[in-house]
Amino acid sequence: MSNRCAVIGVGQTAYTTKRHDVSIAGLVREAALRALEDAGLTFKDIDAVVIGKAPDLFEGVMMPEAYLADALGAAGKPMMRVHTAGSVGGSTGLVGASLIQGGVHERVLVVAFEKQSESNATWALSTHLPFNASLVVGAGGYFAPHIREYIRRSGAPDHIGTLVAVKDRLNALKNPYAHLKIPGINREMVESTPMLWEPIRYLETCPSSDGACAMVLSSESKVTGTPAWVLGTAMRSEPIFRAGRDTVNPQGGKDCAADVYAQAGITDPRRELDVAEVYVPFSWYEPMWLENLGFAAEGEGWKLTESGATALDGDIPWNASGGVLSSNPIGASGLIRFAEAAQQVRGMAGEHQVDGARRALGHAYGGGAQFFAMWIVGSRKP
Amino acid sequence: MRDVAIVAFAQTRHTATDSGLSEPELMLPVLEEIRSQTGMRRFGFTCSGSCDYLAGAPFSFVSALDAVGAWPPIAESHVEMDGAWALYEAWVRLQHGDVDTALVYGFGKSSLGDLRSIMTLQLDPYYLYPLGLDQLSYAALQASALGASRADLDAVARRSREAGATNPHALELPAEPGDPVVDPLLAWDIAPITDGAAAVVLAAGDAIADLAARPAYITGIAHRIDPHYLGMRDLARSASAADAARAAGVGKGHVDVAELHACFSHEELILREALGLPDSTLVNPSGGALCANPVMATGLIRIGEAARRVMDGTASRAVGHAASGPCLQHNLVTVLEG
Repeated sequence: MSNRCAVIGVGQTAYTTKRHDVSIAGLVREAALRALEDAGLTFKDIDAVVIGKAPDLFEGVMMPEAYLADALGAAGKPMMRVHTAGSVGGSTGLVGASLIQGGVHERVLVVAFEKQSESNATWALSTHLPFNASLVVGAGGYFAPHIREYIRRSGAPDHIGTLVAVKDRLNALKNPYAHLKIPGINREMVESTPMLWEPIRYLETCPSSDGACAMVLSSESKVTGTPAWVLGTAMRSEPIFRAGRDTVNPQGGKDCAADVYAQAGITDPRRELDVAEVYVPFSWYEPMWLENLGFAAEGEGWKLTESGATALDGDIPWNASGGVLSSNPIGASGLIRFAEAAQQVRGMAGEHQVDGARRALGHAYGGGAQFFAMWIVGSRKP
Repeated sequence: MRDVAIVAFAQTRHTATDSGLSEPELMLPVLEEIRSQTGMRRFGFTCSGSCDYLAGAPFSFVSALDAVGAWPPIAESHVEMDGAWALYEAWVRLQHGDVDTALVYGFGKSSLGDLRSIMTLQLDPYYLYPLGLDQLSYAALQASALGASRADLDAVARRSREAGATNPHALELPAEPGDPVVDPLLAWDIAPITDGAAAVVLAAGDAIADLAARPAYITGIAHRIDPHYLGMRDLARSASAADAARAAGVGKGHVDVAELHACFSHEELILREALGLPDSTLVNPSGGALCANPVMATGLIRIGEAARRVMDGTASRAVGHAASGPCLQHNLVTVLEG
């Protein structure tokens, strides 16, 4: 079977609406240098670089890995560019891990970024004529009907989304990198904000952020510092236009979770995982993914959220970092989930550390809820 | 490393203009041909290469999944690069040992926009893009740096056009130089605007013998990237292509056939030198990119064409090469053996 792989360095930039002070190259280099510093290494110690980001239309630079090779110390080395829509950050981590697991390299730098202030995200995410009817609805307009269908199926009460919006922003107050820090955040504040796409209110959506995240991945023999061991990796995709696919509770997500749990020897994720960083760009996706990922039975996810189980002091904290709802440089958001999961089991998550976290899930999804990337990391060598 | 071989290859009959087919419609017959060659409909891993900027719309790879079928859901990834790098990712994935087959594909329609200015968007947006160099200008800059004679450039172009005339997948192009474009490049020195797609199947373990009588084993594969800034490189040489060739072991034996991803005549001269290919190596018997350049599939096709010659017995050792980035910045080299 494949070789062991560990996360030995994590670097993040502060996430914010607009980084006036750095170029695109400066942004990714900042995250990369922090990850290398965390690992006690330099660019010289890196065998290969894997970079990921969402559509190139966000920054207007086509295939930017060519331009970013210099800033990431990749010259003279192999460099890859991954793009799997919103799940790309997660996929980037998995492609990097694959290079170690396949025995091709000993140390790989993975970097994901988005500098969304360079353009308009809703425009860059929309396809237009002649390829598609141009709805210009962006992600919120696309996912709102799925959420309404979830509410219809499960009979969840209206305030569940609000609870998630508040919980994740309370967690963000403990995360020095988080974009949205809203002192005094509470249900009344969320409910007083405008309705954007029924039932998603302004404060129930993710922000549009500039930011980058990087990790140093290592083979077993080259581990430095505190490792987070990769216990399982999985990706799944399904076709967006397949008639009859369940877009509310997608099969791809269920299959991906089953695969990654089997590799990590997990049969009951709620009990056997200590913390999860899950891609929740709109508040209602917490209960939806709780069910899709097997933390709750179908129709029961909202009850877990309502009970407080997913809060930082609950029995299975979700998005202790504040999640995508608090920071969203789209192409990096998946890798941030993977990195935050690693920080938890390394015991290096700072103020939002879940005490004694030993096993954590990192999750990302993208496209029309059709691309999934997941990993499980642990404090103990598999 | 675990033995991995190419067991199937298919490509479109490439076109110089938009045939009205969408990208999934372009892919579908290629995938059907792969299915009939291998008898397989599901693969352990799938990876593709494409670029949103060609069509000017995000998520080209999303609708391509409709052509794949992808149901039940599949383990799949995508590179925003030529399909050759998707093949590399799939080769790495097969090294894990838990899956034995991989489907790789790449596609692109450069007829939809102005490729010359689109490729310019690949340059550093702060310091290079504003200089106003389009793809042809920076290629001509490299040709000038090399300083090859017109006779040497003509020899590459003429041989490519003549070879391409025998390749049913290539464009129909005249075997004459055409007009000057950007000094020193003439029309036949430049890869044509092309729409097309290609797919390859990789196999490992027992699946190799099950799927092909004469598989093309990947005995070496490596890629390297150079610094981006043109002023930081010796444009007359390709250090990254030479490094990748060394890492892939090109020099360990005679290369019977090499398919080089040269989008301009002078690039072939630079690559032959970097890969250390002797005059006895047959270069680009398909006609190469100068006769069909479906961007994002062109590199994958080079590997597929090289593999095809090993699989049909006309070569015992072949090299497939792919390039990316301005002026051959990024190079991937594959050695294939019977």
